[in-house]
Amino acid sequence: MTALDTVVAGGRVGERATRLDGYPKVTGQFAYASDLHRDGMLFGATLRSPVASARIRSLDLSGVAGSPGVAAVLVAADVPGKNRFGLNFDDQPVLADTVVRYQGEPVAVVAASSPARAWDAVGRIVLELEPLPGVFDMEEALADGAHRVQEVGNVLRHVHIERGDTRSAGADVWVEGYYETAMQDQAALGPEAGLAVPAEDGGVDLYVATQWLHADREQIAPCLDLPDEKVRLHLAGVGGAFGSREDIHMQIHACMLALRTGRPVKLSYGREESFHGHVHRHPARIWMRHGATRDGRLVAVEARLLFDGGAYASSSPAVLGNAATFAAGPYDVPHVRIDGTVVYTNNPPCGAMRGFGAPQVCFGHEAQMDKLARALGIDPVDLRLRNALEPGLSLPSGQVLTGSAPVREVIARCAALPMPDAEPLEGRGAFGYPGGTGNVTRGEGIKRGVGFAVGFKNIAYSEGFDDAGSARVTVRLEGDEPVAEIHTAAVEMGQGLYTLLAQIVRTELDIDRVVVRQADTAARNTGSTSASRQSMMSGGAVQMACAQVRAALFERARSQAGAGAGNHELSVGRGWVNAGGHPLARVADLLDEPVSREAVYHHRRTGTFDDKGQGDVHVCFAFAAERAVVDVDEDLGLVRVVQVAAAIDAGRVLNPLGMSGQVEGGTAQGLGLALMEEVQLSDGAIRNASFTDYLIPTIADMPPVVSAAVEDPEPGVPYGAKGVGESPTIVATAAIVAALRDATGRELNRAPVSPDELAGLRPPAATQGPPPCPDVPGQDPVPLYFQSGSGQQRLM
Amino acid sequence: MVQTTFLQPASWPEALEARAANPDAVPVAGGTDVLVEVNFGRLHPSGLLDLGRVRELRTWGREKGRVRVGAGVTYSELITQLRGDLPALATAARTVGSPPIRNRGTLGGNLGTASPAGDCHPVLLACGAEVEVASSRVSRTVPADEFFVGPKRNALGADELISGVWIPRATGPQSFSKVGTRNAMVIAVCSLALALHPDSGRVGTGIGSAGPVPLRAREAEAFLEGHLAERGAWESKRPLEEAVVDRFAELVSQAAAPIDDVRGSLRYRRHALRVLARRSLGWCWNDYREAAR
Amino acid sequence: MKVSLTVNGARRTVDDAGESETLLQVLRDHLGLTGTKNACEQGECGSCTVYLDGTLVCSCLVLAGQADGAEVTTVEGLSAAGAAAVQEAFVEAGAVQCGFCTPGLVMAAHDLLAHNPDPGDDDIREALAGNLCRCTGYQKIVDAVHRAASPTTTP
Repeated sequence: MTALDTVVAGGRVGERATRLDGYPKVTGQFAYASDLHRDGMLFGATLRSPVASARIRSLDLSGVAGSPGVAAVLVAADVPGKNRFGLNFDDQPVLADTVVRYQGEPVAVVAASSPARAWDAVGRIVLELEPLPGVFDMEEALADGAHRVQEVGNVLRHVHIERGDTRSAGADVWVEGYYETAMQDQAALGPEAGLAVPAEDGGVDLYVATQWLHADREQIAPCLDLPDEKVRLHLAGVGGAFGSREDIHMQIHACMLALRTGRPVKLSYGREESFHGHVHRHPARIWMRHGATRDGRLVAVEARLLFDGGAYASSSPAVLGNAATFAAGPYDVPHVRIDGTVVYTNNPPCGAMRGFGAPQVCFGHEAQMDKLARALGIDPVDLRLRNALEPGLSLPSGQVLTGSAPVREVIARCAALPMPDAEPLEGRGAFGYPGGTGNVTRGEGIKRGVGFAVGFKNIAYSEGFDDAGSARVTVRLEGDEPVAEIHTAAVEMGQGLYTLLAQIVRTELDIDRVVVRQADTAARNTGSTSASRQSMMSGGAVQMACAQVRAALFERARSQAGAGAGNHELSVGRGWVNAGGHPLARVADLLDEPVSREAVYHHRRTGTFDDKGQGDVHVCFAFAAERAVVDVDEDLGLVRVVQVAAAIDAGRVLNPLGMSGQVEGGTAQGLGLALMEEVQLSDGAIRNASFTDYLIPTIADMPPVVSAAVEDPEPGVPYGAKGVGESPTIVATAAIVAALRDATGRELNRAPVSPDELAGLRPPAATQGPPPCPDVPGQDPVPLYFQSGSGQQRLM
Repeated sequence: MVQTTFLQPASWPEALEARAANPDAVPVAGGTDVLVEVNFGRLHPSGLLDLGRVRELRTWGREKGRVRVGAGVTYSELITQLRGDLPALATAARTVGSPPIRNRGTLGGNLGTASPAGDCHPVLLACGAEVEVASSRVSRTVPADEFFVGPKRNALGADELISGVWIPRATGPQSFSKVGTRNAMVIAVCSLALALHPDSGRVGTGIGSAGPVPLRAREAEAFLEGHLAERGAWESKRPLEEAVVDRFAELVSQAAAPIDDVRGSLRYRRHALRVLARRSLGWCWNDYREAAR
Repeated sequence: MKVSLTVNGARRTVDDAGESETLLQVLRDHLGLTGTKNACEQGECGSCTVYLDGTLVCSCLVLAGQADGAEVTTVEGLSAAGAAAVQEAFVEAGAVQCGFCTPGLVMAAHDLLAHNPDPGDDDIREALAGNLCRCTGYQKIVDAVHRAASPTTTP
């Protein structure tokens, strides 16, 4: 049994099931990618560019020659296949060849007998760089004559959505706003790591913490000049991901080093390197105008979105597509004009992070709704209820909501959740005040505020992507007991997917013992663990495979029982195949040969945008509302979040324990963006690449989260369940900042909110007005018009 | 690769000899500062001088009106054992990192690193502490406000080690406050210590993380001392006028020499110090008045 | 340099520890005890928390030589030290997601309960403030400590 194979008992769909990998994790036995070991393995280290934009003048490796313990030093010329990879487009070099486009871009990799020797060798490489101009501001990237970060220019994608005519919308009241959100780091606790083991067939086995094994392979194999079947990926223990492991980091480097040296090579990033080793959440600038009639009917939304994609495409085009389609919020708006642009800059590449474009626009549209409520003199919750989407209505992109859309329900449910108990202003414990044990207030300056936000997220991939789920379920005898085994390529990254898949098998087959095999590329591609999609997609595949296994058991039971089966409907339960409720055959007696079935689950097909941004682009949606209560020390600008109340559209709750864990954890990441998290840059260089300077919430920063699930099953989806991983994060930032506005009366148009802004020392983020929309050939990502090679699309 | 020598003296005399013989070796007490630098590759020491085995450094004791705290006394020990004698120092120690950090980190280590953000420093300044340093030849004391000579630089000679700190026992109310952008585990954006010394009529201040070194707000001290003496306020214990509190706060704020950095802005630091000064003085004076009842 | 220490009750010797290596590296890289995690190298995250001579420390901030002769207890040895209740409480309360922070949190929770058998919420927050968790939002960790404190009553 490998480290990740897991055996569990107990827990069916809908029950509170504890994690199947819980005991290995609490006892330290669970093997994460950074824990991997092979005898004789080498250790890799990476030379990264110290600056954000430069031409490589020379790379002198002579200082490394003869260094003790150094087995290989590889540069761009050593990349066996093509020196480009990428999720949406292969625009990113494995190792920089002519220029570097961001600080931290890999330039050379070393393998040596110890990490210390590898790093010492990296230090001996002499990299001579010729400075190039750089673009570090997303508006400057759009300016005439700006330095071109990529050959295709600086516009990575522009999406235009137009419905009706906002100028003739008949609005009585208009409110306008400008909003900014910062670059956020996923800050998964487990840094990037993996182990590449060269194989006898000339291929390589890579053990790695990732979110999508097959998409990794799709990008790795061409760079190694190997056929897919010679690049075998195996999932190592994943120490959190939140989007940061969707892109390639150390995978190709480790494989190259292993193939060159003929020895296993482990590459394991430290915290500082991790900040350079993965993409971040896009910083955004958002201009919005909302128009409403006097009675509170939202009739027009105009939005201009600008996202900083950084130096390479990653999944930016898809992030922008999401942001644009969600920019008007979960509201019914007849007249809409949305223009979104994501640009290349010489900042660190941005890509996937929990929420995928939605948290940024939610921060904007929810602030606008509050502004509108104030302008109209309507209660903000009321205003949201009046304009909430519902089944049968459509998004600005024209997509009609055909499935479950309990927007009103999440709003009403959230508003009705209990408020925190009243507290006296004086005499609280240290953590009853902003600043905690810092002892900065004993009640002075404290103002309480309440904020509310609603948001939503698409589930699974959009814009025509057929990201099918796939799973194999095998039932066999172990001793006298039937055991079910699940084999998928689905990644468990901590969110609890495997526990859920086991619950599904128990429910469908009534078999208690379920084994989840280590995920690898020997299983069929089942898509990414992202986009809140795996409960639906891999869950759906497991459910289908179980149905096929059940059918096979029924067939065996019928042929064993002969006429005894009659015409009764068959079922499984308590170890028996039953006919019309009466035992027909023991399942154990039907398993001389194991039953094994593989199933593929497709979600409904989606379409693409037309030239007005109209299209049925998303599969289905999960909605969420949160209410935040905060205490602000308005003199010092410090915050204590007192309580968050969350009502989450779950379709159907498959595991209450897992669900509330997602809501609380997702809320914490939204709280981080509201109050403290920002990757700070100076000329593209990260100034705070450590956990000392990049602050994420501690246990002293997180309030209790009171959560409620709204269950309105999604038709045509396994158990009607929706993923809940992202929606809490999306609304938390908006709700908390709304509460801060309520407490202070300040504008607070930038997340994270700084103490300076809360204390009135810094004016709101300012704008000269939205930049003009760039001239692009169409709605597709710009590199597509230049026939750039595609990334993960090839998989589907 | 840099070859590092590891030195582990078992006694104080051995430690001083090792220091004299290896002036480039970096002294390490709890390691909570030094190893952060080593682990991030910012420090490649030719030698590491571990003071963890020097038992003499681990003790503390009272002597007349003062407490001598050995350099190796940990933050946890300051909190649990010295809360009564040195309340502001205990409060400051409680804001350092987390329990495992406080279990290892020491008062002497804090001084050795001499970061402008070191949490204990403002308290030592406000209390009028003296740092006791020694070489194999001689021992001397340095007033806390002369000990910090630059960012992460102190008055320690190349052959000297910190042996302990002499801190007057609290004879009046004290406070320490630290501003950070999260509610635990944070390096100070700025901090302020205030100590009232009714027996001598003195007022002590210490500002952290708002200048190249921890600073005293001397003008603020002098202003308040003058005011309290002039009005006989120590005796009458009457409430302080708003204008006095404001003036004191303004002088504290002006004493700072902050910069903009990743943790906070210059402007905010000055502002926050004004707020902290106002609040701290209010709390301390109130405590002083209450204690008399 | 040679470092001898007792880890989870067993005498262990490492012959080739680097002078500037840490206890964390000794445990993980030299002794193969990977239950103790490396996530920040700065004492900010608590993932590397162990007992050193009975005191809770961040092993990434202890030099290998400083641990020479010491008794170290890691998460792997915690059950033998009677911590099964804490570990079980973390699983049962749902306080584990990705689990990377869990070994450190289990150590810190165990230490808290050893000093304070019935901690309040604020005691728990102060004691565990140095253990970053990115998955759970901490509420279930608070629940787990309460559960471990009084295993008979489930929160």
